[in-house]
Amino acid sequence: MTTLAPLYPTHQPRKLKVATVSLAGCFGCHMSFLDIDERILELIEHVEFDRSPLTDIKHVGHCDIGLIEGGLCNSENVEVLRDFRKHCKTLVAVGACAINGGLPAQRNHLDLGEILQDVYGSRTGMSAGSAIPNDPELPLPLNKVHPIHEVVHVDYFLPGCPPPADAFWRFLTDLMAGRTPHLGHGLMHYD
Amino acid sequence: MSTSTATPDASFTLDGEDVPFRPGETILQAAQRAGHYVPHLCWHPEFHPHGSCRVCTVKVNGRAGAACTVQAAAGLAVESSTDELNAHRKTLLQMLFVEGNHFCPSCEKSGNCLLQATAYEAGMEGPHFEEFYPDRPVDASHPDILLDFDRCILCELCVRASADVDGRNIFAIAGHGIDTHLVVNSPSGKLGDTDMTLADRAASICPVGVILPKRRGFAVPIGERRYDVKTVAEPGNQEAS
Amino acid sequence: MSTVSSPASTAGPWQAEALDALLARRGRDPHALVQILREAQAMHGWLPRDMQAAIADALGLTLAHVEGVASFYRFFHDRPVGRYRVLFSDNITDRMLGNEALLLDLCRRLGVQRGEVRADDRVSIDFASCTGLCDQGPALLVNHHHVVTRLDAARVAQIAALIESRVPVDEWPADWFAIVDNVQRADVLLGTPLQPGAAIAAALERGADSMLDEMKQSNLRGRGGAGFATGQKWSLCRAAPGAEHYVVCNADEGEPGTFKDRVLLASHADPVFEGMTVAALVVGARRGLVYLRGEYRYLLEHLEAVLQRRREQHLLGASIQGRAGFDFDIEIHVGAGAYVCGEESSLIESLEGKRGTPRIRPPFPVEHGYLGQPTTVNNVETYCAATHIALNGGVWWAGIGTPRSTGTKIHSVSGDCERPGIYEYPFGTSITRILEDCGARDTQAVQVGGPSGVCISAFEFGRRIAFEDVPTAGAFMVFDRSRDMFEVARNFAHFFAHESCGFCTPCRVGTALVAKRMDKLAAGHGSRHDVEVLFELDKLMHTATHCGLGGAACNPLRDTIAKFRPAYEQRLKSLHFEPAFDLDAELSIARAMTHRDDPASHLETER
Repeated sequence: MTTLAPLYPTHQPRKLKVATVSLAGCFGCHMSFLDIDERILELIEHVEFDRSPLTDIKHVGHCDIGLIEGGLCNSENVEVLRDFRKHCKTLVAVGACAINGGLPAQRNHLDLGEILQDVYGSRTGMSAGSAIPNDPELPLPLNKVHPIHEVVHVDYFLPGCPPPADAFWRFLTDLMAGRTPHLGHGLMHYD
Repeated sequence: MSTSTATPDASFTLDGEDVPFRPGETILQAAQRAGHYVPHLCWHPEFHPHGSCRVCTVKVNGRAGAACTVQAAAGLAVESSTDELNAHRKTLLQMLFVEGNHFCPSCEKSGNCLLQATAYEAGMEGPHFEEFYPDRPVDASHPDILLDFDRCILCELCVRASADVDGRNIFAIAGHGIDTHLVVNSPSGKLGDTDMTLADRAASICPVGVILPKRRGFAVPIGERRYDVKTVAEPGNQEAS
Repeated sequence: MSTVSSPASTAGPWQAEALDALLARRGRDPHALVQILREAQAMHGWLPRDMQAAIADALGLTLAHVEGVASFYRFFHDRPVGRYRVLFSDNITDRMLGNEALLLDLCRRLGVQRGEVRADDRVSIDFASCTGLCDQGPALLVNHHHVVTRLDAARVAQIAALIESRVPVDEWPADWFAIVDNVQRADVLLGTPLQPGAAIAAALERGADSMLDEMKQSNLRGRGGAGFATGQKWSLCRAAPGAEHYVVCNADEGEPGTFKDRVLLASHADPVFEGMTVAALVVGARRGLVYLRGEYRYLLEHLEAVLQRRREQHLLGASIQGRAGFDFDIEIHVGAGAYVCGEESSLIESLEGKRGTPRIRPPFPVEHGYLGQPTTVNNVETYCAATHIALNGGVWWAGIGTPRSTGTKIHSVSGDCERPGIYEYPFGTSITRILEDCGARDTQAVQVGGPSGVCISAFEFGRRIAFEDVPTAGAFMVFDRSRDMFEVARNFAHFFAHESCGFCTPCRVGTALVAKRMDKLAAGHGSRHDVEVLFELDKLMHTATHCGLGGAACNPLRDTIAKFRPAYEQRLKSLHFEPAFDLDAELSIARAMTHRDDPASHLETER
């Protein structure tokens, strides 16, 4: 078969921009992500990291993919999440806390006011004059912890506590290749 | 109907495949005996059908019904693994997850849990709906058994096991609507004031992590638990308890 | 109980002797559990746990079982609810008549929050599902017994004063409790005077077999909504083997907007009981049961008196009308606030003293009903029609109405019209005709058959009431153009969430999710995404629920989204995605605790 010029000029696919963040999470999902080990070299061929603990970039720019670890426990979490949603074409809830609140949400059956009073006010051993911190620099905690899909539209969910490295790899390679991610048995778990 | 070795008067089709049945069997019983998987939570082969979880909803000659309660009959055309019904199953599972508190990482039943395994099989990646975060305190009053109501899916298998097998009637259902909940039969309402023992069938029947033996923590390593090894769809692995 | 005395609720110890007497009167029958709980609560005002334990002991049941049954019914209380328990009927028609403002006014006057008990244990105030007085609302129910209709601000003020001065409810002005029939149009059922016993005599004359033939010829279909052929039902019940056969009258008229059975029982109880007696002759029953909804408790003494008179007239009891071997009597079971018990298998569970959870069907009640015996469950109006058929024959009945929907149908008309009340028409009557007769103007919609029925919009008013066109269980709620059909659907969504029995996943969780989503839209936080989720829930609930209640729970939603879509769209905050909750309100506790109100202590709504 003779070679034909392509109808359209082939182009080198540009690198996808990826941002990651941990909200009310423990960074365990990020650690698990790094467990893809040497595959990160292959990944870096295809992606460029924007805001992420890996880059120390402080503000998210326009991105293809945003990976959110952790749920929402305070106002700053909400603002960062909204910023991610605004800037990321595809937003992924990564891990138990982002997906259903996870460990931080275990406080949801307690009254926030009572917790604050107990921790900063009535607990024994408090120094005189102790009070609930009220510096405007501090983000205020939400009445309840929420998963991120209750506040913004989430495109994909990558479950696990944390999701295993292979699940990250499968998920991202699927996503980059234009396939709807499918984890399947062994990679899909909630713990 | 396709060709089959089954006699035509004693088989129905499940997603186009012939399934033989014995008189008195339900669609779910016959399907499972023939090695098929129809997702289910409140049904258990040792007990009378209950029909509450609705995860086994199939279409029988075009009409929806719970496979665990519909009697098998010759010539029925049963659809189960269709896009529509599988989507409904996923939604039902998401409903069960959001109405309780299912924090799998802290649950001893994780990896051996029928709800979790069924959700994996259904491809449930996230909860879809808003979380209810109900307040359901644990009952740790019994020396050997812990009750964590956060995970209850109201399948009533414990109610049935305690009544039908153990003869103790330890459990019952109370409330209505979204406040429906499991209660314990004792003056205090606490399990510690009952004569329940670890040897009771009710102590081992829970398909999720509500009724758990105390002092046993994550005994089987991750990767070797029931549903780490094989999916819930595989024959012989369709019951968690 | 002849007279119900003063409000009984007390926080003090309960009377063991009185409970013993009650248990003895009920024969310590575990199947009477719901009746025992109801009567025990009428004595004491609520059901303390140790009282439940005593009842469990006496009946040979577990405490958990009794607790499960007691907590199933909305009218049973496991904690004190005050000496005066005031429940405002909360059907959409009550809403339209201003019940909400009246409730708040009463709460304010008495210094109590809705849903809470006043500190002195005097009073609690709350909403309840429709009490079946839509033609004379707003209505309220006191102590699950007395009904006050036509509430207005002046009457609310008087009620507050009476409660403050501890005047027992039965000493309140008697005219407040007057309930009018409001029969606006009578046809054969409501307009033909009957001689008690005449239909029984006619049936006896015919004999059971040919009486059954008449029923089949009449092609009478059940008036409760499902429309199953009554003759066939009786025939199946009669043929089913069983030591006993039972005749049950479904008077659990819980579908919001329906009150025709109330009028039949109040003013036409004879033909209802007579129809049951004819059914007993046909199916071979010796016992009949009426399941009277708890909201109609005030009818009990009247109905008992009619039964007693009929016994004296030899129309009930042994050897009815002198026919040796024709023994039949009727007892009344009073419900305790559970809409789902209108479903016949739930109703039977409740009659057996259990939670009113629908059974797995088949087997159907005609084979396996009350106490596992063949049972025919029919609507109040169906029995009334059977009486007329016994007298006049099946061919006569079949000549009224349409071929597929024979006879007449009684409608409970309420909402935006000049003459609300009871209207009886032959089947095949157009909606336009009914609207004209009741004096409705500028009508934009009619909810026919209640929330689980169908919402008909103006362009469909030419449709006819019939099983083959617009079927109905009897409610006919009229909405004029000033009404917001989204709010109508939201009221119904809360009704279903309140009444879900909780047994199956899709109804238990789905009705709660639908109500939440509707509230989100109402609060102005909705997006197109929320409407999509509502569609998805509707599809699931139509497919996967255990019983018809759950299946029908999204009907108003489905109809109003289809026919009044702009009412939803106007509420959308955006086309995209909106949070499930008010973000700024989520900081309220922390703001209060830190005394902050700086800009960073607020979460602005986006865009």
